[in-house]
Amino acid sequence: MDITVNILLTIATAATPLLIAAIGELVVERSGVLNLGVEGMMIMGAVGGFGAGYLTGSPWIGLLAAIAMGAVFSLLFAVMTLSLATNQVATGLSLTLLGLGLSGMMGTNFVGQPGERLPNLDIPGLTAIPIVGRLLFGQDPIFYISIALTAAVMWFLFKTRTGLTLRSIGDSHASAHALGIHVIRYRYLSVIFGGACAGLAGGHLSLVYTPQWVENMTAGRGWIALALVVFASWRPWRVLAGAYIFGAVWIGQLHAQAFGIPVPSQLLSSLPYLATVVVLVLISRNKRLTMMNTPASLGQPFVPDR
Amino acid sequence: MSADQDGANLLEVRGLTKIFGTLTACDHVDLNIAKGEIHALLGENGAGKSTLVKMLFGSLEPNSGEIFWNGQAVRITSPGTAKKLGIGMVFQHFSLFEALTAAENIALSLDDGSPISTIAAKARALSYSYGLPLDPLSLVGDLSVGERQRIEIIRCLLQTPQLIILDEPTSVLTPQEADKLFETLERLRSEGKSILYISHRLEEVKRICDRATVLRHGKVVGHCNPRQETASSLARMMVGNEIQAVVRAPAEDIETAPVLLQIRELTRKPATPFSIPLRNINLEVRAGEVIGIAGVAGNGQGEFFESVSGEVLQQDAGSVRIRGKDAGGLTITGRRLMGAAFVPEERLGHGAAPRMKLSENLLLSRHATDGKMLVGAGGMVKSDAIYTAAQRIIKVMDVRKSAPDPEAAALSGGNLQKFIVGRELDRRPSVLVVNQPTWGVDAGAAAHIRQALIELARSGSAVLVISQDLDELFEISDAITVMHNGELSKPLPIAEATFEKIGLLMGGAEPGHAEHTLETA
Repeated sequence: MDITVNILLTIATAATPLLIAAIGELVVERSGVLNLGVEGMMIMGAVGGFGAGYLTGSPWIGLLAAIAMGAVFSLLFAVMTLSLATNQVATGLSLTLLGLGLSGMMGTNFVGQPGERLPNLDIPGLTAIPIVGRLLFGQDPIFYISIALTAAVMWFLFKTRTGLTLRSIGDSHASAHALGIHVIRYRYLSVIFGGACAGLAGGHLSLVYTPQWVENMTAGRGWIALALVVFASWRPWRVLAGAYIFGAVWIGQLHAQAFGIPVPSQLLSSLPYLATVVVLVLISRNKRLTMMNTPASLGQPFVPDR
Repeated sequence: MSADQDGANLLEVRGLTKIFGTLTACDHVDLNIAKGEIHALLGENGAGKSTLVKMLFGSLEPNSGEIFWNGQAVRITSPGTAKKLGIGMVFQHFSLFEALTAAENIALSLDDGSPISTIAAKARALSYSYGLPLDPLSLVGDLSVGERQRIEIIRCLLQTPQLIILDEPTSVLTPQEADKLFETLERLRSEGKSILYISHRLEEVKRICDRATVLRHGKVVGHCNPRQETASSLARMMVGNEIQAVVRAPAEDIETAPVLLQIRELTRKPATPFSIPLRNINLEVRAGEVIGIAGVAGNGQGEFFESVSGEVLQQDAGSVRIRGKDAGGLTITGRRLMGAAFVPEERLGHGAAPRMKLSENLLLSRHATDGKMLVGAGGMVKSDAIYTAAQRIIKVMDVRKSAPDPEAAALSGGNLQKFIVGRELDRRPSVLVVNQPTWGVDAGAAAHIRQALIELARSGSAVLVISQDLDELFEISDAITVMHNGELSKPLPIAEATFEKIGLLMGGAEPGHAEHTLETA
């Protein structure tokens, strides 16, 4: 029983950073901006979070630093693509390259140092309940944030007027502008929100998952988060499903490898990617819904003529 | 002419000027709109009408000039400011969001925080009271162009504006839908609202407008009462000179002429959730005749053109036949090699590569059919030959340009269209399929293109024209057929066709039903 609980807990830990980064990017893309710099913002969050935690001794300050780092780093992307109307794909890619390099430089002195870990939740009485206690009341704080964030984004996008406005900008920025909506302002806020989420996801890696600093420790998770958004056809609950499927198969194949199952390890390692794509493609078969949820102006720079 | 008929001008514009680079789109424009009048803004494409209204609606900033609203000087810096003043706008190219419902679209333009369900109920009630029924919960992407315009109008009315600007509202409507719109406008006028009505259709301006301001090359060339003018006197004001009428010699011995383009039971599934399926289309175009396809935009014309031109291949090779041979399995180059030529609707990005020179654009569409002339040994391009050919087309079609061989994007829409049509005519194709031949082209150039199409047909080619402009089709076609919801009606010989019959078909009436309605009317 304990093994099952432990496996479930590791799945949640593996899925959480993907979920947070993807939910942030989902909001960005819903506003019509394609930020391919998720990986870069994430690694900046990881190094910022680790550094601040290590230097102050408080993982909570580390958590805030990770969020701030991602947000500030995304601002660079926002200024370039929104105010200067540069190509979003090229700018996003360079943001990733810049983030990977810059974080490596900033983290030189952190390599091999023991980091601070965010404590797991511990509610007397509740956490001790067998099986469900640790699953529901004994996880790390970022896990709870990730679930609350998904619900909040879902409510914001589909139940509030501001969310409707954001979606409309993603559908057609020219029409939104003609209605008097501040397209650029909305997009700035979305990009910064996405950056803060990516930073938080990076912070999860260096403050919870493996509380230490290793260069390139995001290991492509930013790209997986990007892919999740598209395969989930820009819908929050599908992003959640995708992140957890990925996490589950990832942990599952690790255990399978440890057991020595006679299947080439390369094949097992590729399973999480395959499984996630297959499942999300299967649930996105409804072309009409996909069409309705795809932001039509995604990736197009907006320059209002004056 | 005296500006204030009843002493109260709602809007006054003085000396409004807008400069784009070296082009003065609006040059010291003056305009007065009284309370409770329908004021027409007339002008050709490119005369500066859209620029002027964009400045009135705050989406463009004037370089100089003043705007007075109820006698007060105002600066309209954004569409939001315009809305607050009480200016509403119904756009020519719709400003709707396809992936949202009608009610959500309306909610986005209202600043109150009331829930969508309340707005939906209000919109439904208002739409029925004006006789423009609307289902607020339907998805805009699923609606016809006429229905989309209703949403725009209802959305505008819900903001309770004093001045409503309509930019070319009837260009996407059937004649019957347009009648309905005129009733609505007259009712709004009786409620004391002012309307600025932008159009280049003279008959409708004469019918509903109280006053008119005419623009030419960005300048106001006159104010008049359109009811006291004739269509041709208004046209003279708009264009500046007489337009040569298109001459259509009667087609002879069409029945015995060979069929050069044949469409047989052409069916196509919708490619995307918002596109139109084609249903069992049959059509024959014979040597020597021009057949026109009328229809409200978005009824499958684009899908039909793609299928005929070979941008999309057919399952059954026999469903498109060119000069008696199956062509359904051939690509666009294959069909061109059989003697067909195609002019798509979208000029930039489809008909021409915007950043390439005219001569290069010529090579792109004709490298296969005129390979010997344009491409030399080892696949080397013969630049001189291409340049000469491009210059010949430019001369024949009277393409106005700023450089000897400019980039396609540097030409105005009308001039680029002349080049693209000319490029295909220059081949003397035996089958020509054109989608919207004169969309956005000024009257003089449009007449030139239409005449060229007729002459190509009379020299023994089959010409198929898809157009939203009924006047154009009546001018050049020997028979007219109507596309509605992916189906094509039987061709009606031009002698039997009337605006009313075609209009009913455009609205989706069965051909038999249309006849019946006419008899009982």
